[in-house]
Amino acid sequence: MVDLGKYAADILLSYGLTILLIAGLIGQSVWAARRARKALEERGE
Amino acid sequence: MSLWEYANPRRFMALSGAALPWVWVAAAVLCTTGLVWGFFFTPEDFRMGTSVKIIYIHVPSAFIAINAWFMMLVTSLIWLIRRHHVSALAARAAAPIGLVMTVVALLTGAIWGKPMWGTYWAPDPRLMSFLILGLFYLGYIALWESIENPDSAADLTSILCLVGSVFAVLSRYAAQFWAQGLHQGASLSLDAEENISDVFWIPLVIALAGFVALFLALVLVRTRTEIRRRRLHALAVKARTA
Repeated sequence: MVDLGKYAADILLSYGLTILLIAGLIGQSVWAARRARKALEERGE
Repeated sequence: MSLWEYANPRRFMALSGAALPWVWVAAAVLCTTGLVWGFFFTPEDFRMGTSVKIIYIHVPSAFIAINAWFMMLVTSLIWLIRRHHVSALAARAAAPIGLVMTVVALLTGAIWGKPMWGTYWAPDPRLMSFLILGLFYLGYIALWESIENPDSAADLTSILCLVGSVFAVLSRYAAQFWAQGLHQGASLSLDAEENISDVFWIPLVIALAGFVALFLALVLVRTRTEIRRRRLHALAVKARTA
């Protein structure tokens, strides 16, 4: 494991928050895309 | 074939559907390579120590936050001038991505700022213009949600986008315009003398390319969703009037 020294908490917090926010954005985008596609399919489109 | 033919929703759906898997793969490979390289295989900076590792997420997210607004500006202008619905929907699709990237840049900048500057936040020109850009993203999204007629919403949000572009420019150039405040100049520049050392620069550019690919993938997914929602809206209106 890489030694992050005295800034370990700052670095891990930065990466953790970024991964959380971007994963949330990707998840919401994919979920909304599937929902819209399914709704159109139900209407025979 | 003219570029404008891709503004046809059917043509856009076909082309974006074929391109999307490749864009997702490019985003995954480039982001993983850049971030793993930057996090695990780069040395400490002589001034910033290990906190330099934060630049691999801070710089790409700030880059996307600013340039997403410019992409929205271009697509909004296309809507205002040529009335292509896909371009208005692409602008709408990009806004939440830009907002998330602005929040990431502000948070990672604040976390990095505490040990480096001794404070999480200061009324620095670049920090303030970035915060205002984030508020413009919020206002832009809220305006789309608050107007029922899609064409009126596209018109008004396009005007808001033109106004907000001032802060997108300021977010990029505030450090040069005022030459004051805590925030340093650009980490990446076409002028080689200003660039950071190659040992940090190479993984940073790879991570940056990864964030650009991720932005493109998300814009395509979200624009396709907006087109489908527009179709659902049209079908609902047709059913009501039939």
